[in-house]
Amino acid sequence: MSLKAVHLVFVTALSALCAGLAVWKLVDFFRPTGQAGDLALGVVGLLCAAGVVVYGRYFLKKLKSVGYL
Amino acid sequence: MDIPYTVQPRPDTGVYNAKVGMWLFLASEVMLFGGLFSAYILLRVAAPEGTWPHGWLSIPLGTLNTLILALSAVTVLLAWAACKARMFDRYKFFQGITLLLGVIFLGIKGYEYHDKLTHYTVVLKDGRIADGHWVSATPSEVVLKGEFVAERSELADRRGRAKAHEEIRLARDQVQKMQVYGPAYNTYLALYFTMTGLHGLHVLGGLVVFAFLWGPGSRLWKTDPDRFTNRVEVAGLFWHFVDLVWIFLFPVLYLT
Repeated sequence: MSLKAVHLVFVTALSALCAGLAVWKLVDFFRPTGQAGDLALGVVGLLCAAGVVVYGRYFLKKLKSVGYL
Repeated sequence: MDIPYTVQPRPDTGVYNAKVGMWLFLASEVMLFGGLFSAYILLRVAAPEGTWPHGWLSIPLGTLNTLILALSAVTVLLAWAACKARMFDRYKFFQGITLLLGVIFLGIKGYEYHDKLTHYTVVLKDGRIADGHWVSATPSEVVLKGEFVAERSELADRRGRAKAHEEIRLARDQVQKMQVYGPAYNTYLALYFTMTGLHGLHVLGGLVVFAFLWGPGSRLWKTDPDRFTNRVEVAGLFWHFVDLVWIFLFPVLYLT
């Protein structure tokens, strides 16, 4: 498995972390005890998750010629 | 003597030897960290209700360190891609940035450790409990910046609590027990220091290798650029493993 493949695994894990953080904080915000900070962190998490996915597609396009092994 | 398969793939494995070696090493590392994560899960599940600490670590600092490591994973990939494209100057630039990011990560971790190792819980002879950061000490008194609590259990969940900054003066002859927020404080901090300490050692090890490949080791580029590129790749594989461990450590220790 090459660095390209491992980087893809890393990007997937990072986007999952960002999306998980976003869902967790947004659920916190919609509870009666929710605060503005929860909403802000949730939105930042969503933006980061989207950003990481966009980066992942860009990097795959750039390293098209490099193999996965 | 010529070492075989440092550049060309070995026919039976399909990859060059250093990559096989690195993957075997990483398999052993997965077992090492896997054991620690298993210990964490079992100890946490077995902890009595309401005793497991929450909100003891700084989420902004943990998030910042996550971003730093994520960025370093990108720069290490760019350094390898630069080698593949035969752009040595670009390699030097991106590997230098990776080194810098690793050092910043360790600096922030050091700050977090310092914060914990200057934090004390003091049990007084009259039953009161003081909790806060060390300010100063004389033969007759200890000064902390913190708060008094009635029960130790009040210290467990600190989510959403404002930090107390009141200066507390404690007479030494009234102190029954004084405990620093080190690994011996409780199970959570023992796991925190063990797991992040081991991870930090891995970061340090990675930085030593990167520093070698950036400095004296880069001489290989002139004689055998393909072999040098493979060295950068296997170092990058290790760095990605270290980053992935942090992706699991961050939510487990900071967010839950």
